[in-house]
Amino acid sequence: MAETIVSIHNVSKKFPGGVTAVDDVSFDIAQNEFFALLGPSGCGKTTLLRMISGLETPTSGQIVIGGEDMALTPPNKRPTNMVFQSYAVFPHMTVEQNVAYGLKVTGVPADETKRRVAEGLEMVKLSHLANRKPDQMSGGQRQRVALARALVKRPKVLLLDEPLSALDAKLRDEMRLELTRLQENVGITFIIVTHDQDEALSMASRIAVMDKGAVQQIATPAELYEHPASRFVADFIGKVNLIDAKVVGQSGKAMSCEAKGLGRLELPGKMPAGDSIAIAIRPEKLKIGGSEPKGAGLIKVAGKVRDVAYYGDTSHVVVEVKDGLDLAVNVQNDSREGGAGVSRGQKVWVHWSPEDSILLTE
Amino acid sequence: MWARLKPGQGPLDYGNRLWLKTLFAAIFIMLYVPIVTLIAFSFNTDKRGVVWRGFTFQNYVKAWNNDALIEALTNSIVIALFATVLSTIIGALVALLLWRFRFPLKTAYEGFMALPIVIPEICMGVALLLFFANTGMMETVVSWIWPFNLANIIIAHVAFCFPFVTVVVRSRLVGFNRQLEEASKDLGASEWQTFWNVIVPFMKPGLIAGALLAFTLSLDDFVITFFTSGPETVTFPVKVYSLVRRGVSPEINAASTVLIVITVVATVLAMKLQAPAKQGKG
Repeated sequence: MAETIVSIHNVSKKFPGGVTAVDDVSFDIAQNEFFALLGPSGCGKTTLLRMISGLETPTSGQIVIGGEDMALTPPNKRPTNMVFQSYAVFPHMTVEQNVAYGLKVTGVPADETKRRVAEGLEMVKLSHLANRKPDQMSGGQRQRVALARALVKRPKVLLLDEPLSALDAKLRDEMRLELTRLQENVGITFIIVTHDQDEALSMASRIAVMDKGAVQQIATPAELYEHPASRFVADFIGKVNLIDAKVVGQSGKAMSCEAKGLGRLELPGKMPAGDSIAIAIRPEKLKIGGSEPKGAGLIKVAGKVRDVAYYGDTSHVVVEVKDGLDLAVNVQNDSREGGAGVSRGQKVWVHWSPEDSILLTE
Repeated sequence: MWARLKPGQGPLDYGNRLWLKTLFAAIFIMLYVPIVTLIAFSFNTDKRGVVWRGFTFQNYVKAWNNDALIEALTNSIVIALFATVLSTIIGALVALLLWRFRFPLKTAYEGFMALPIVIPEICMGVALLLFFANTGMMETVVSWIWPFNLANIIIAHVAFCFPFVTVVVRSRLVGFNRQLEEASKDLGASEWQTFWNVIVPFMKPGLIAGALLAFTLSLDDFVITFFTSGPETVTFPVKVYSLVRRGVSPEINAASTVLIVITVVATVLAMKLQAPAKQGKG
């Protein structure tokens, strides 16, 4: 692994009034990473980001950036720059003045400022709007200004607070690609805060999932999705069917469980008998059919289609099985006619291979 | 079938109702006819200024040559300028204090600060008179050289003008996005640089509006000035009052017209300065 650029040691933040926003968090971020802090609103991710930038002081713990302890360094002296959620582009300055601001106030010589501003505007493709005022620009353009303004400072770490949340869907996709491209080009460590799992999954090289002020899991996007460590992570990242089950026995590499709505199942894995677990299966791993599937070792269950939602590329089907268990199944609409091939009220069979089940203990 | 509506007859086209138009016209006339009359009669040849006899610029020449009137006008403008600058600075600082900090008894402080807006001018005048008389400032200041002999009046004007500035600037600051301040610091600016480069430009429209308010309040104040000016010092409103007791002369009309023009020009200029630059979207 590359050299560590940001390390966070046992950082906590308690606000007056007793709210603990960040609770004893520790992790390292390596040089050149595109790191995402992901979690529901109020999980402390923004507070953590603000503590890295220096706009908030930790109650306890240590933040080290580039090998230096930041405890006594004010935000204007830190090697970090932030892209704010509201962009915070200075309304009384032109685009060019906005981008030059950070260089001007720190006494960078005029000719160098000019060169770097030109470069920065080039980078975000705003050179032609250099003399515009922010109120004559769209949200996407303002965000690019905020980005250029931070990047011309050549920070060691760029912090992005929900950078895409205020953009419309199409622009968001564009910016997502743009941000990844930028990160590769400039070679700066990016830390992005987001509540949108798609955003985190598609952009980040590593994701820290946070809940209630604590880090639940840190992993690559694929690892988080396919090997979540807890119910919370499985549920938060993507859609998932969570089925309560109890381990009843063990035989070699397989164990048998008694699952709600599914009855006795043979699953690969080793867990002590009597344990309560959750079986998690992603909806796209489930297959649906009108007749009982043939094939050994498949987990299969009969049910009735309760709901079909059509999304164009996929259809989301909800199948009602025994004991009040509902299974969400995603079906690819891979031919033009027919759609999901099932309709509401139809009796169907749902099946999947046991290896696609994720076993969760917590 | 559906009703065919002519333009302006729809249920939401309130602006075309006759009674509303009439009311609007009545209010407009009530507000502006006196001012228009004042300006019109400044060009009247009639000495008494009651009947229109003919057009002339003579009144302006007479007003210009009336040393006492000019002296009063100069005093008024000088006082207004000083009072405006001082009350804008003090008012803005108070607004910043109230916006930025939390301190014990803040609500009480806020109430006290706004007191000059609500207490009757006469009370304020008497209070200031007593203050100046008892501290001996009345006698001391009056003997100073012009324009310093106006100091008492200026102090009095600042005392009742700055709360207006505070109110205006504070309401402007409420809309300030704190992230702008944070962004400035994040980009490497110190507190001081952030204040001058980000907060002051944001306050500017409020400062201009507050300053204008202070200027006009100071320029036409009669009651407080009457109490706090020494026997020697005369301001324009006080002078006009003393002249009017002997009948309205067209000279006063002329001088008042000049004052109106000054205020209107200042207001228009200030509004021009505040207006965002008009540029078509690419």
